[in-house]
Amino acid sequence: MIEGAVTVRHKESVSLQDIPCLPFHTFQAALSTGLAAGLFLAALPKLYGRTGKKEVLAVLRHDQRRRLYLLRTEMPQQWRSLAKEFPQVASFERELAEESGCTLQGHPQPSPLRYLPQTGTATDDVGRYIGSHDFLRAEGEEMHEVAVGPVHAGIIEPGHFRFLCYGEMVFHLEISLGFQHRGIEAALRGRVPDRRMLMLMETLSGDTTIGHSLAHCQALEALAGITVPDRAMDIRAIALELERIANHVGDLGAMAMDVGYAPTASFCGRLRGAFLNITAMLCGNRYGRGIVLPGGVGHDLDDERIGTMVDQIKTHFADVTEAATLLWNTPSVMARFEETGTLTRKQAKDLGLVGPAARACGKEMDNRVDFPTGSYRRHRLPVSVWFTGDVYGRALVRWLEIKRSVAFVLARLQDLPTWEEQTPFCRLPADQCIVSLVEGWRGSICHVVVTGNDGEIGAYKVVDPSVHNWPGLALAVRGEGIMDFPICNKSFNLSYCGHDL
Amino acid sequence: MIHSLLARYHQGTHTIGYPQEPAPEMPARYQGRPIIDQKRCRGMECTICLDCCPNAALKREPTGLLSLDMGLCLFCGACVHQCPQEVLSFSRDFRLAAGRRDELIVNSIESPTDVRLDQLRRKLIHRSLKLRQVSAGGCNACEADTNVLGTIVYDLGRFGISFVASPRHADGILVTGPVSINMKEALLATYKAVPEPKVVIATGACAISGGLFRGHPEASAGLDEILPVDLYVPGCPPHPMSILEGLLQLVGLVPRTASEK
Repeated sequence: MIEGAVTVRHKESVSLQDIPCLPFHTFQAALSTGLAAGLFLAALPKLYGRTGKKEVLAVLRHDQRRRLYLLRTEMPQQWRSLAKEFPQVASFERELAEESGCTLQGHPQPSPLRYLPQTGTATDDVGRYIGSHDFLRAEGEEMHEVAVGPVHAGIIEPGHFRFLCYGEMVFHLEISLGFQHRGIEAALRGRVPDRRMLMLMETLSGDTTIGHSLAHCQALEALAGITVPDRAMDIRAIALELERIANHVGDLGAMAMDVGYAPTASFCGRLRGAFLNITAMLCGNRYGRGIVLPGGVGHDLDDERIGTMVDQIKTHFADVTEAATLLWNTPSVMARFEETGTLTRKQAKDLGLVGPAARACGKEMDNRVDFPTGSYRRHRLPVSVWFTGDVYGRALVRWLEIKRSVAFVLARLQDLPTWEEQTPFCRLPADQCIVSLVEGWRGSICHVVVTGNDGEIGAYKVVDPSVHNWPGLALAVRGEGIMDFPICNKSFNLSYCGHDL
Repeated sequence: MIHSLLARYHQGTHTIGYPQEPAPEMPARYQGRPIIDQKRCRGMECTICLDCCPNAALKREPTGLLSLDMGLCLFCGACVHQCPQEVLSFSRDFRLAAGRRDELIVNSIESPTDVRLDQLRRKLIHRSLKLRQVSAGGCNACEADTNVLGTIVYDLGRFGISFVASPRHADGILVTGPVSINMKEALLATYKAVPEPKVVIATGACAISGGLFRGHPEASAGLDEILPVDLYVPGCPPHPMSILEGLLQLVGLVPRTASEK
């Protein structure tokens, strides 16, 4: 479909030599054709350590055909930006420019995405450091700036937000991140997958431990040609859905908190923990550390444990139902939720939003259905979509997903296949490239793994859903009162550490 | 209105009775305070556990004794699974916090001792401790489990402890994450803004030792390289009970040893 691109299925490994290295203008023409045809840019990783060359890979996804298109080119000194035409590439281009040192031509916001620190000095060669972000300015009577962060008022991760306000109305919000950057991708390069690497994956974003460790293990297993037994697949899916339920429940509570509705806020605060404790019954850790391992799972479930889990899920779900129903039936809550922070379907598509934020705008996109693996190949989950694109839409999509995930988890727990021996993980083949997709609770998680000459990790690119969605938040608050920022922010609830890596 | 009242009645009370009552039971697979049975250990020639530890938390002392640094330990349990002699095990004791870095090093079955603090600060924070939380380069799991203390389950406010919006209103800071280079300046500015005398709490393996990110040029190797630390709460992430118990230790509300009562 796209000239010069290699078409692969999800989790289908391809030799790097088989992806033709296109001249830069051909590469960009192909990329533009794909994006114009409505494809979604999943990742734009720099390929490290390829015989002294600087190369870049583009991963486009075609959700209806369930195919991925891979394009490769040599890094140019100057990168002509496509961001004005296709806003969804903006963050990826900033990331690429920062990692490879090329200059961006015609990019609307060419500043570094993360401000990668040089050791000890926190400045790059051009003298840019994390506090030196060049924010957009506006002048005039009643125009003012509000600066928030990196240390926020609550217990929240660090990030800097700069609001350009006219009176109380937000004209523009610029978000400068990178404070959480701790060098995970760099630490993976040149290493052979081991327990430590898995743990780095589990801590990409602590609240998405299962999502990221699953994406990692899927990639390794597909590369090494390991089949995971059905029971292990089901336990993974149960863990992934429990993670979704816990976080969505927490988000409903947090949204209630930000409009000052105490009952749901306090009920859901407790219930989020209750679902985390169910995950802890599986593995001992509330965030699911050690559940997903390359080749299978770290813990099995016995009948007694399954029984307790089922009972608890049923009890807690009844309480969540009550707490959520209160939200929808309270006019003062709905008045703040409805028509606040609205994004259209077109905006969601243009910005390349993912997850509940995209589905709330009517964009049907869910890796569990579009690129299913494991249990999701055998048991189809309905995609939860809404059409309003506002805070209410994002809250409602979460609630729909909670209901469907609870039904899914209960069904899987009561119908687990028999235990089979898991194949231990072995070596990775050399010079292969693979894309692994998982639908985390925030949206699409994408891991691109490229192996080196000896089967070590040559390049590892993690794309957390937050990378796609941060610009969505900035757009959603445009034209809103600044007092609506917290509720808009909570309705997205994006990760800083997943973005900053 | 009536619906929210009915819901309130139906949802019931969930605040734990701790410390007046025993703490809620930890999950069966929870890995808390480590126990080392030195008598079972094969000694110098065996390096199985040392080799399998993903974060070099285990060490063989020159005396031949095996020691585990909870400040580095990620509580993954790899050593427990690998050791053929069953030397190592993790108990379900969540009392992990310590006042000194060296108290985090375990080499037998040790009951934790009380966290000590100078009289002036202990007196000042005994009934009211206001903290500013600084997240500095971690994975947000420690932050999330600190946030949980504010829910109705733990209800931190009943101990006079709370998290405040400004360092100017705080008696100290609670830091999570390995202190990324990008976050160092903001952390120091926040610390400086807290009025004297102040306390510093390092929560999670990252804040204590750099954790999993120790050695990365983009992160520091622990908070105590940068600031004087008064309380260490190990874990990756620590269970909310560990953080709660640590905070209560710091303010002197729940002595571990009966003699101090």
